[in-house]
Amino acid sequence: MEWETVIGLEIHAQLLTKSKIFSGAPTQFGAEPNTQACAIDLGMPGVLPVLNKEVVLMALKFGLGVHAEVNRKSVFARKNYFYPDLPKGYQISQYELPVIGKGYLDVTLEDGSEKRINITRAHLEEDAGKSLHEDFMDLSGIDLNRAGTPLLEIVSEPDMRSAKEAVAYLKTVHALVRYLDICDGNMQEGSFRCDANVSVRPKGEKKLGTRTELKNINSFRYVERAINYEIERQIAVIEGGGKITQETRLYNPDKHETRPMRSKEEANDYRYFPDPDLLPVIVTDEMLKTAQNSMPELPYQKRERFMSQYGLSTYDANILISSRDLAAYFETVVKETEGQEKIAANWIIGDLLGALNRNDLDITACPITPAQLAKLVRRISDNTISGKIAKTVFEGMWDEKMDVDEIIEKKGLKQVTDSGAIESLIDKVMTANEDKVQEYRSGKDKLFGFFVGLLMKESQGKLNPQQLNESLKKKLQG
Amino acid sequence: MLKTIAELSQDLQNKKISSVELTQFYLKRINEMNKDLNCYITVTEEVALAAAKVADEKRAAGKVGPLTGIPIAQKDIFCTQGIKTTCGSHMLENFVAPYDATVVKNFYNAGTVLLGKTNMDEFAMGSSNENSYFGTVKNPWDKERVPGGSSGGSAAAVAAFLAPGATGTDTGGSIRQPAALCGITGIKPTYGRVSRYGMVAFASSLDQGGPFAHTAEDAALLLNAMAGFDEHDSTSVDMPVPDYTATLNDSLKGLRIGLPKEYFENLNSDIAQKLQDAMREYEKLGVQFKEISLPMMQLSIPAYYVIAPAECSSNLARYDGVRYGYRCKDPQNLEDLYKRTRSEGFGDEVKRRIMIGTYALSTGYYDAYYLKAQKIRRLIRDDFAKAFKEVDVIMSPTAPSTAFKFGEKTSDPISMYLSDIYTISVNLAGLPGISLPAGFNSHLPIGMQLIGNYFEEARLLNVAHAYQKATDWHTRKPEGI
Repeated sequence: MEWETVIGLEIHAQLLTKSKIFSGAPTQFGAEPNTQACAIDLGMPGVLPVLNKEVVLMALKFGLGVHAEVNRKSVFARKNYFYPDLPKGYQISQYELPVIGKGYLDVTLEDGSEKRINITRAHLEEDAGKSLHEDFMDLSGIDLNRAGTPLLEIVSEPDMRSAKEAVAYLKTVHALVRYLDICDGNMQEGSFRCDANVSVRPKGEKKLGTRTELKNINSFRYVERAINYEIERQIAVIEGGGKITQETRLYNPDKHETRPMRSKEEANDYRYFPDPDLLPVIVTDEMLKTAQNSMPELPYQKRERFMSQYGLSTYDANILISSRDLAAYFETVVKETEGQEKIAANWIIGDLLGALNRNDLDITACPITPAQLAKLVRRISDNTISGKIAKTVFEGMWDEKMDVDEIIEKKGLKQVTDSGAIESLIDKVMTANEDKVQEYRSGKDKLFGFFVGLLMKESQGKLNPQQLNESLKKKLQG
Repeated sequence: MLKTIAELSQDLQNKKISSVELTQFYLKRINEMNKDLNCYITVTEEVALAAAKVADEKRAAGKVGPLTGIPIAQKDIFCTQGIKTTCGSHMLENFVAPYDATVVKNFYNAGTVLLGKTNMDEFAMGSSNENSYFGTVKNPWDKERVPGGSSGGSAAAVAAFLAPGATGTDTGGSIRQPAALCGITGIKPTYGRVSRYGMVAFASSLDQGGPFAHTAEDAALLLNAMAGFDEHDSTSVDMPVPDYTATLNDSLKGLRIGLPKEYFENLNSDIAQKLQDAMREYEKLGVQFKEISLPMMQLSIPAYYVIAPAECSSNLARYDGVRYGYRCKDPQNLEDLYKRTRSEGFGDEVKRRIMIGTYALSTGYYDAYYLKAQKIRRLIRDDFAKAFKEVDVIMSPTAPSTAFKFGEKTSDPISMYLSDIYTISVNLAGLPGISLPAGFNSHLPIGMQLIGNYFEEARLLNVAHAYQKATDWHTRKPEGI
């Protein structure tokens, strides 16, 4: 039987505020346990939450970024459950009335086609603390530094049909929140994480199958793997005559499997009710205007502009806009390489990103400045070096952080464009290979390449390829 | 020296007495009488004397307000940095807050001297102070009877002159009912008038702090210090606080007082008689009375006993033995820690309300209980809004009876809950209400309640003060005090 996969994502984006959502304690990551939690975060008797207004503005920016309905009135509710790292015994979240309503994002898939993923809602809530189960001799430690950190939970419709689509959507949201400067997107530190709701159904079936929820998958790669594992598991269960249980499962990347965490029967009754300590959030025209005025150029807007302004392909533009920093790098380079935008894009997408990936570096930590890369592109276009030699120069730039011209000078990589020098070298090679010249002249055209190779080897690749071609052809023909 | 705050303030100003002497006087009385009455859970002798000394120095330097150097007691529900805040519970028996409640700060800023923390029903749940982990409080008028609750310790302390004034909190009547049963004056301000920050929460949408004193004038002085916007409490209202003493002597001529007919049906005849007497006094001052109707009032107790427990079930979830407060011995695992900590740390009434509230919020019951109760709450508010189009103030009894005997209602929660039948609807509507002494039934004080429109505390204090100028019920002292 042919199966169809249905996936919906719940993304938690930690909002980039200096202080917590309901207290003045700082939100910095990696501090000593329990040093960034005040009486409010600890859930001391008598304390009360006060909303950090910054988070509403951030949620509004997200709403505008996904073409969403903004709810002028939203309400914080209490989600009640007991857990040691949940200090108050409830999490303050938005339930019936979230600040952001229905919206959508157009996602570019691998084959270049676009798919619209609908967003159900996005709501504000506080994060819980962390339970630490190691190093406490069978006991658990509680670190409440993260308690009260603001989160935007972004809930999608079950619109994705494969793990790849889910990842494409996740990456689009990831780029968006970073463009908006509302989340640092760091998945390893957990400031951008997602749960996936996965189900399968026979192709053509309208009714949704029973879903499982995969929790806290902390990299793009794991999202794809976890979903694919889960799809296969579900199909195997159903084809084996079994039934899928609605449950929450944890993905274990080391074993590459998902395991049940809790089933629906054991699920908490969260007893949501409006938090009487907080007033409803009212979004005024002024707040909306502030949000609108602080909107940057969004990824999809930038992509369109890159394509029309620089003549880039959709594919190239999509890569370059995938992060705001990368796009900015590209635009700094092209400012100094007018007319060579395509070459500049190729260098960034090919060699630069390749080197960054190999060294596991972000564009912001790139050892080559945009000005140097621009110079490299210029040296190619002004024929100082050939594209091939440029690769050697690039390596020098990466490893030694030296100026482009200095490297060319020091290593003697400058392209030979003096036609006399080129011709005399051709003569020398032809004399040394008299027999091959004869063969060529008797019709073995393919030997042309043999001569080019020899000459490049002889010159260490420095001959201007175009000039070489022309001169060689002339000389060989005699 | 058994005087009102206004009088003591004069004495301090005229150097008839120093704050240190005054504080020593109250500490001595507490020392002698608290063992018997059990008004205080914690007495802060050293803190008090040090503060009194500072107050005297300030007075010498001329930097004074009317409350500088006046000793007061805080209900043990207000968090005090460095001083235990037990909330009347085993759960918080040894809890010391790392911060001061806004109300506590406000009183420190006003220069008052903290005598100690007063006894109360556990987590403010109760109407007789019999639910305190630290034992019952005796009513100074009759030591076999309850002082009312939940702020029973504060009310009894003021009645017995173990403090000239004290704070309380009122969720369903917990200031007004003990004020009535102890023969003193107590005001519950409009919801949002006094900051709840640092006031241990029972039912967040109903809780409101307020003062106890012998007179409306003293209550006005205390409320001046207590009230005001607090950025740490999102439900506190950003509105200027008037000087509540400035309008105390305004004329009542032309004032319209409403008498809700539902409040007088089936009313105890002695209490009804005393209210009749009070009406005569008011009429002499030019007040007109008008019968009004508050038909939804009969639904206030059921609505309250859904909403308050629902909120309490969530507010009290933080007492889990993990971070502070009581923790059971040798927990075997997490569930055992939760179960035993909470079973052993909370008293019966608290557990009862947590269970009721948990039930009311559960899936499948939420609409039938919590949502319906909220609807009733809106109807009650509408009732009052309609009434206040016709009248300026509403008069009623504070409690259906005078102080009852220990144990009389402990086995029957419903009859205990009915103690608050006249006060609860005021909390549900968020209105201000004051209780003041209006006579006696044999030796036991009877309370009269005045309810005002939103933020009309000044008017309530004015109307109460006018009555106290015309009568002397508020000056009576219990025998042996």
